[in-house]
Parts: sequence; C-alpha cells; structure tokens
Amino acid sequence: MTTAIGTKKMTLVQAVTDGLRTMMKEHDDVIVLGEDVGKNGGVFRATDGLYDEFGEARVIDTPLAESGIIGTSIGLAINGFRPVAEIQFFGFIYPAFNQIMTHATRIRSRTLGAFTVPMVIRAPYGAGVRAPEIHSDSVEALFTQMPGIKVVVPSNPYDAKGLLIASIEDPDPVLFLEPMRHYRSSKMDVPEGKYTVEIGKGARRKEGEDVTVIAYGAMMDVAVKAAEKAEKQGISVDLIDLRTLYPLDKDLIAESVQKTGRVVIVHEAPSTGGLGDTIISLINDTSFLYMRAPIERVTGFDTPVPMFSLENDYLPNEKRVFDAIQKVIRF
Amino acid sequence: MEERFPMLQIVNGNGEVVDEAYRSELTEELTKELYTKMLRIRLFDRKGVNLQRQGRIGTYVPFEGQEASQVGSAMAMGEGDWMFPTYRDHGATLTFGHSLKTMFLYWKGRHEGCLPPEGKKIFPPAVPIASQLLHATGAAWAEKMKGTDRASIVYFGDGATSEGDFHEGLNFASVFNVPVIFFNQNNGFAISVPMHKQMKAKTIAQKALGYDIEGIRIDGNDAFAVYFHTKKAVERARNGGGPTLIEAVTWRYGAHTTSDDPSKYRDQSETEIRRKTTDPVLRLERFMKNENMWDEKWAKQLEEELTAEIEEAVNEMENEPDANINDMFDYVFESNPWPIEEQKEAFMAGRGE
Repeated sequence: MTTAIGTKKMTLVQAVTDGLRTMMKEHDDVIVLGEDVGKNGGVFRATDGLYDEFGEARVIDTPLAESGIIGTSIGLAINGFRPVAEIQFFGFIYPAFNQIMTHATRIRSRTLGAFTVPMVIRAPYGAGVRAPEIHSDSVEALFTQMPGIKVVVPSNPYDAKGLLIASIEDPDPVLFLEPMRHYRSSKMDVPEGKYTVEIGKGARRKEGEDVTVIAYGAMMDVAVKAAEKAEKQGISVDLIDLRTLYPLDKDLIAESVQKTGRVVIVHEAPSTGGLGDTIISLINDTSFLYMRAPIERVTGFDTPVPMFSLENDYLPNEKRVFDAIQKVIRF
Repeated sequence: MEERFPMLQIVNGNGEVVDEAYRSELTEELTKELYTKMLRIRLFDRKGVNLQRQGRIGTYVPFEGQEASQVGSAMAMGEGDWMFPTYRDHGATLTFGHSLKTMFLYWKGRHEGCLPPEGKKIFPPAVPIASQLLHATGAAWAEKMKGTDRASIVYFGDGATSEGDFHEGLNFASVFNVPVIFFNQNNGFAISVPMHKQMKAKTIAQKALGYDIEGIRIDGNDAFAVYFHTKKAVERARNGGGPTLIEAVTWRYGAHTTSDDPSKYRDQSETEIRRKTTDPVLRLERFMKNENMWDEKWAKQLEEELTAEIEEAVNEMENEPDANINDMFDYVFESNPWPIEEQKEAFMAGRGE
C-alpha cells in the first residue's frame, strides 16, 4: 500500500532513515537497535533523529556485541517485536554468524511455523571510501547461500526506502545491505510516507539489445558508466539492477539474456562462489540455447579486500566492465 | 569465592532438613508432586536410552541424575513464562508442558518434536552452545517492554560458560535489567572436559559479579533447594529486580549422548557412589520416609502408572504417520520463493508423486 503524498530530495542514507521513521511511526512493534544507533544516530547517521523522536526504549544503544545484538533480536522477534538491527559495518557481522545461521534463519523451519523471526539486519557494505581494514567487505554470498534469509541491496535512495519498508514488513529475516560509498553520493526524489519496492524484483535501468549487464548496489554506478561508454561505440546495453540477491529475479534475467545472448556480471565480492556463479547457473537453467558468447564476470578477486591504498585496484571499474562488454560482443 | 557463594541446601542427601526456615513449606503435596515429576522424567530418560539401543529412535541425550535441577526449576516458572532449553533439558520441558510423545518425536528426528504445546512458550532446544541465553534475554526483554510480569528461564551447562554468548547474554540482561533466569546445570563435565579445565573459577555463580547481577549456587540434587531458590529469583525478576545466575551443582550419571563412552574420561565408580549418596530421587524418598510421608503402595502404583503413560507415548510416537516431505520445503519462509518451489516440484516429480 502506498500512502506517499509528495516527494523530497534525499541521499541514500537519508532514505534509509526516512524508511525507518515511516515504519516506526506506523508500528509500535518496530524497534531499532545496534551500536551507536541512539544518541549518536549511527556512525553514518542512518538513525539520525530517531532517538529524539521515538525515545530510548525504541532506539536502543546496545553493548558492543554483534552476536548479542542478533541473538537478543531473535528473542524480541519471537515475542512480538520487529527489530531492525544495525551491524555497524558488514565486515563486523562475523561474530553474529552463528546466531543468523543456526537460529534466525531456521526457527520457522524447525518449528513448522510456530516461531518466526521477522527481523531486518541492516549493514553498510563495500569498499571505496578509504575505510580502515575489515570495514569494506562484501560477503553477501555467505548469506545468499544460507537457507532462510532474504538478501536485498538497493543502489539508489528510492529503492533504499521502498526496499527497507518491504523488508520490515516481511515476515522472515532480511539482510539489508547498504552501499556505503553511495550513502551521500547523490540525491534523488523520494516519496514521502509509505511505499514499498517488492523483494525479489530487479529493475531494468537501460533498455538495450546487444548485451546484458547485471549488477547491484555500489557497482551500479560503474555498470552505468561502462554502459554509457559502450553505447557511444554503438553497443546497446540492457542494464539490470538486481536489487534482491535472494531470491533472484529469474524472469527479468531470463528475458533480458534471451534477447541479447551476451552477459556481463559485475560485483565487488570475490569471484569464486560469488553471485556471478549463481547467476551463470541460473542462465544455464533458463537460457542455455540463447547464448552467443561465454558469460563474463567482472568481480573483486579471491583475495581479502586490500588495505585502501590498493582498493581502487581491487574494485571493478568502468574500464574492466567496458573491456568485458567488448569481449562478449567480439566473441 | 566458595565461601561467598555457598552451596544452598534445604534437604541433604540423607533426606534431612538442613534449612529450618523452609520446614513448614515442605508439604506432603509439594513433595509428592516433585517426586512424581522427577520419577516420570527419570523413567522417560531410561526409556529413551533403551529405545536408542534398540534402534527405535536416533541418538539420545540422557539427563539421569539431573532430575531435581530440571523439575525444581521448571516448577518454579509460571503459566505465561518462557523456557529456553538445550538438548539435555527435556526433563524441564516435560515438566513445563511438553507431552511425552512430543519429546519422543524429537528424538526420532521429527520436526513435530520442536512444536510448543498449545499456549506454552517453550522454544526448541538449542544445539549450538550458549546461543540460547540471548534468545531468553530478548524474549524476556520483550515482556518487560510490553509491561507484563513474565519472565524467561534458560538452561545451559558448565561448558557453555566459556562461550561468548554466555557473557553477552548476562551483559545484555544486566544492562537492560531483563527478567531472565540463567539456570546453569553444572554437572562437572562438558562431554569429557572437567570443570577445572573449563575455568579457573571454583564456582559458576561468581561470574554474576562481573555483571553486577544476582548469583547463587545451589545443590542441584536437592529438589527443594532448586524449587524455592529459583522461585525467589523468578519473583525478583517479576518485580523489576532483573536477572539471576543460578548454578545448580549436579551430576549426569550416564554418557554425554548415547554415542559417547564416559569410561574413557572419568571413573564411573563415582556415579555408583553418587547414586547412593546424592541421588535426587532417592533423597526425596528418604525425606518422605523421615517425615512419615512415604507409602510403599503409593510409590509402587505411581511407578506402574508412569511406566504405562510412557509406554503409551512410545506407541503414539511409533504410530505417528511418516514425516511429511512438504514440511522440509514449506516452512523455510512464510511462502516459498521460486528456488525452493522449483526444487520441491522437481523432487516430487522425480519421486513420481
């Protein structure tokens, strides 16, 4: 349901805050908890103003313990609340992995629906902001492999708010990844009030005929620039923003791939076992006979994200994506 | 620290009252209820081991020796309270409301064994160690936020105190003053590793000091001590007094699981001595004899009735229709996303259904 009235120019991080505020206003059972989310409004200001507006009972500064944040959120979620837990950086989520893997994601299944965990885990992810070590990880594939959790990644302010509201409304755990290097990179008209972007649906950002480029989150900007460059050289690009990584928008991918027969997949996460591998399998299942060239992947490497003096070499960039486009066109 | 956290006892191994303050509360009714529930879970436990030996259920986790800890603590909880057990605490969940059949189904590898009984807030057993302390804290925190007077009880062993989640659970509960009872059954061994290799501390109760919460150590084989001291902690929690860490000192007679051989790591003759000296069920029998409450005919009849009840539950378990394959697919999410739906359809088609 949409109750949106006007629009307002917002950055992605402001859209996150607005999404939280919208849901907290509407539902008393929505609470926010995490490290520094209260008085400080979050290290990225994603919860800015919420503490003053909703009070310390609903915007909760927790002890510095990620497993504790997720574990207590599970207890809150099975007992009537809809916690939105912030993990300060995606690379800090590892202490909570056990809670997510062994409890949050399988309580519904273990109890045949008697207990459920309507919880959102928000985390800024990705490299490119010259952050200290461990602050730049992009390990979404650890969670797309995990049964029982949906994984969403908005690439712009409109989707950030709409997907966050959809995630909070979702009856199951959702991992909501925020591309930190686009937190403030641009503003966009975002509807005021409530609206949703459906989980599981990607978006076509450019209509084209020659090659499909598939990306998400922080890599969308890189993909857009590479596509624009390709178009200047007469290559028309069908550009897909996945928005949800589990479950993938199978139909959108198949439709595009069957039209172009050529695919480039872009993500900053490591290559082996990454989403690119999953998408290739999906294309194999749906569109094998339509393919005109082997699928190219432009990804981070099977290395830890390096310290930031090397992060621009690690991250896929416009040139690497453009080269891959040319490669599949020339095959 | 052992002096600071003395082991609280109300009735000793000989069945003699050692804490006179409680004498008037040790009624025949309470005594018989404790005895009945403890005998019931002991007989269940022995049946569980036997069924595993016969291949009629899967690996079974016995708790024999810990009956007073589990029954006494579960009886101290109220109707609307929450319980978060481990895989060795079905004595507590059976006392709190799980049916015998449900518990047998759990050990037969059935999801139905995780279903809470109608109107009861019993979480499925935690298998990773100490993770459940946080769930209990979260659920009790929710009760506090809703403004109810309900509390949580969470079970864990001595080994669990080494895990990070133990400390995170106590800390969160302390910081937010949550109505949760951290009920530790210290049976001396985490599988094979004895307590002195688990921690340098002589007591588990003293760990409460680090979180500025209440901590007590009780004789976990004294059903009265467990019941009354847990009850006191629950009352405190209900009245805004926050969490309590209870260390119930006890002993598991048998193996860690039916796949374990305890003779590899400890002298089982200690178990034989303990059966005669500190056994929780025998202690109640001795107490009843001392207090002229014991009736041989009553005891014999009780054992027959409980045995029949357990046999009936075994029958029910074994007559349960086969597990439903749809259950594997249909409860991962509220509604199946396409990958699960496709996998399910392909699998079903391959089975010829």
